[in-house]
Amino acid sequence: MHIKQELTERHVLTLTVDNEAGTLARIAGMFTSRGYNIDSLTVADISEDHTTSRITIVTKGPPPVIDQIIAQCERLIPVHKVTDLTEAGPHVERELALVKVSSVGDQRVEAMRLADIYRARVIDATINSFIFEITGGPEKIDTFVALMREVGLVEVGRTGIVGLMRGADAS
Amino acid sequence: MPEKSGAEILIDTLIEQGVDTVFGYPGGAVLPIYDALFQQTKIRHVLVRHEAGAAHAAEGYARSTGKPGVVLVTSGPGATNAVTGIADAFMDSIPLIVLTGQVATNLIGSDAFQEADTIGITRHCSKHNYLVKDPAELATVVREAFTIATKGRPGPVVIDIPKNVQVATAATDIKRPARTRFTFAGEADYTEINRAVELIANAKAPILYTGGGIINSGPAATEALRELAELTGAPVTSTLMGLGAYPASGEAWLGMLGMHGTYEANMAMNQCDVMVCLGARFDDRVTGRLDAFSPDSIKIHVDIDRSSMNKTVRVDLPIVADVGTAMRQMIDVWKGRKYKKRPLDQWWSRIAGWRAVNCLSYPGSTQEIMPQYAIERLFEATKDKAPIITTEVGQHQMWAAQHFHFDAPNKWLTSGGLGTMGYGLPAAIGAQMGDPNALVIDIAGEASIQMNIQEMATATQYRLPVKVFILNNEWMGMVRQWQELTYESRYSESYSDSLPDFVALAEAYGWKGIRCDDPAKLDDAIAEMLAYDGPVMFDCRVHKTSNCFPMIPSGAAHTDMILSADQVSGTMDDEAKALV
Repeated sequence: MHIKQELTERHVLTLTVDNEAGTLARIAGMFTSRGYNIDSLTVADISEDHTTSRITIVTKGPPPVIDQIIAQCERLIPVHKVTDLTEAGPHVERELALVKVSSVGDQRVEAMRLADIYRARVIDATINSFIFEITGGPEKIDTFVALMREVGLVEVGRTGIVGLMRGADAS
Repeated sequence: MPEKSGAEILIDTLIEQGVDTVFGYPGGAVLPIYDALFQQTKIRHVLVRHEAGAAHAAEGYARSTGKPGVVLVTSGPGATNAVTGIADAFMDSIPLIVLTGQVATNLIGSDAFQEADTIGITRHCSKHNYLVKDPAELATVVREAFTIATKGRPGPVVIDIPKNVQVATAATDIKRPARTRFTFAGEADYTEINRAVELIANAKAPILYTGGGIINSGPAATEALRELAELTGAPVTSTLMGLGAYPASGEAWLGMLGMHGTYEANMAMNQCDVMVCLGARFDDRVTGRLDAFSPDSIKIHVDIDRSSMNKTVRVDLPIVADVGTAMRQMIDVWKGRKYKKRPLDQWWSRIAGWRAVNCLSYPGSTQEIMPQYAIERLFEATKDKAPIITTEVGQHQMWAAQHFHFDAPNKWLTSGGLGTMGYGLPAAIGAQMGDPNALVIDIAGEASIQMNIQEMATATQYRLPVKVFILNNEWMGMVRQWQELTYESRYSESYSDSLPDFVALAEAYGWKGIRCDDPAKLDDAIAEMLAYDGPVMFDCRVHKTSNCFPMIPSGAAHTDMILSADQVSGTMDDEAKALV
C-alpha cells in the first residue's frame, strides 16, 4: 500500500487576532496538529492600542482542506476574522528580502546592474560585498535570488508575504 | 481598597459562577488554593486517587447534570495526568474548567520541581487555555473561561495558575469589563430553515441522524427532536453520543447507527433520500467507507461548530446554529405552512424489512451467561429506576449501547470520540456526586476497569453507592475481535492474564463483591446488587469468545455489515488495516 497525495492549491489567508501571549503558538500549532502546511507566516501588531495583530499565512491544500483550515482558525478563541485573499478577489501580495552577495570584478558589476533592473536598493556595501533590499511579489524575489546565485550569493533573509485586498474596503 | 489573595479570589469567583463541587488532588503548587478551600464551606471538594480520575469524574458530573465540571490539580504530573480527561472532554464537547497549579512565575522555564509546560501540552486538546500571571486578572479569566467552556460547542478550558499568583494579593473591587470577543451560533437563518423544511416535507425516505449536540443543547432540544420526529414521521437514529435524546421506546427509533449500529439504522442511512444530521459530525465510526456513505441522499447538517461542516462528508445544506433552536425554527415553519405528515408507507415498510433481520439477536445459552443477555437482564431490572449508565471502552461498551435502552438524555455517559478506557468508574463517581439519589451503574470490562480502579477508594470515602457491572470474559475483547477479523486470530497481547479476584478486591476497599457465572442465577444476583445500599462490584463471568455484532468492518460500506460470527473473514487488505 502507498500513501495517496492530493492536488493542492496555494491560498493566502489573513487573520485578525488578539495580540496576547500564545496566540501565534495556538495558530501555528493547530496547523501542525491537523497536518496542514504553512509556506510562510508573518505576524505584527497593527492597532493603535497594541491589542490586535494581523497574521498572513500562505498555505496549500486541496479546496476542502483550505475550507477546513479557515474554519479551524475561526474556531480559535483569539482569532476574530479570517479572510482568504485568494478567494476574495483582486489583492496585492508583497514580500521583502535582504540578499547578501559577495563578488569582485565583472560579477560585482553584474550584480549591481541586475539589482538596478529589479529595483533592489543597496543598504550595505563593502569592497567585496553588497546587501540588497528588494520588495515585490514572491515570484519576483524568487527570480532575483536565482540570478544572484550566479553572481556570488552568500545568504538571504525573507519576511514572507503580507497582503491586502485591492480597493477601498478592508479585507 | 480591600485586597485578597489570588487563591481567595479564585474560590470567590468559582462560588459566584455557581460551582458547588470540585474534583481534585492536592500538591505543592496548589497548596494556597487548598488552604483557601479549607476555610470555606460552599464548595465541596472530592478527593480522587489519581488526577485522570478527577478529570473523568468532572466529565461524568458535567454530562449528567448539564453543568460544567471543575477539576483542581497540581503542576507537573498533576496536570499531565489530567491531560487524557481534557482531551476526552475536547473530543466529546464536555464543558470542564481545569485549574492547574504552576511553579512561581519567576521559576517558569527553569525546569523547576514539578514544572511542566501545561499551557503548551494542553493547547491543542482544550478549547482554550490561560496562564494567569497577575491575581488582579484571575476573576476576569475565570468568568471568561466559564463562558467559553459552556457556550457554543462546549469544551474544556484550562487555567494554569502559578503558585506566587495564588499567594499575591489584588484589589477585589476592580470591575473589569467582560470582553465581548466571542460570538456563538444561535438562531439559524430562516432561508436555510425554510429550505430544510421543504426538503424534509417532500422527502420520500427521510431520516433524522442525531448526535450528542442535541444533549449538549439542553432539554429544550430533546423536546424539539421528539416533536420534529412526530411532525415529520421520519425515522430517527443516533450516534453513540446522542443516545437518549430520542426515546428508545419511541416508534420512530431505529437504534444506534455506525460501526456497531443496527442493520435497520445503517441501511436506512444508506438508502434515504434526505438526511437531516442534527448535532452530529459524520465521525468515521458512523460513516464507514466515505465514498459509499449514503450515496443518493440530500444532506442537511445542523451544527453549532462551523468547522464540522464538510469536514469529512460534503453536505448540501449546512446550517450553523444551535441545534435545539434550529429544530424549534423548523417546527414553527412546518406548522406555519400547515404541512401534513406524509405517510411514508413505502419507506417504513422497507425499514420493517430491515428490522425483521433482527440484527441484535445472539446465540442463547443455558450453560453460560452471554454478555448481551447480561446487559438485557440489567436493563430489565433497572429500567424503572431511570439509571445513569457509564461505560469503559470496548465490547462491553458497544453491547451496552445496543442492549441497554435510554428514554431520556444525560443518562448515558461514555467516552465516544477519544475512546478512553478507565473512563467509566470515575465518571460514575462524578455522576453520583451530581445526583446522590440516582442509580449509577458503570458497565465495565475486566480490562478497562483496571485502568482507574484506584477510584474505588473515592467511592468508599464519599459513601457513593455506585455499581460496577463487569462483563468479565478474560479478554480485551474488542482487540481480540479485531485480531480475529484482521490478523487471522493472532492474539497478540489481548488476553487478560493475572486478573485480580474482583470480589476480594471489592471487599478490600469496603465494597460489596458479587460474582455470578450462571444464567439461571443472574437475575437474583442483579437484584442483590441493586438492593445493597453502598458500592458494589459485580464480577459477571460471561461467555469468553463472544464478539460484538452487527459490525461494519473497518473501511467497509454501510451495506457490507457483518451480522454474525459465521460471516467473519480472517484477514483484510492493507487499505482496511490502515484505518483505525
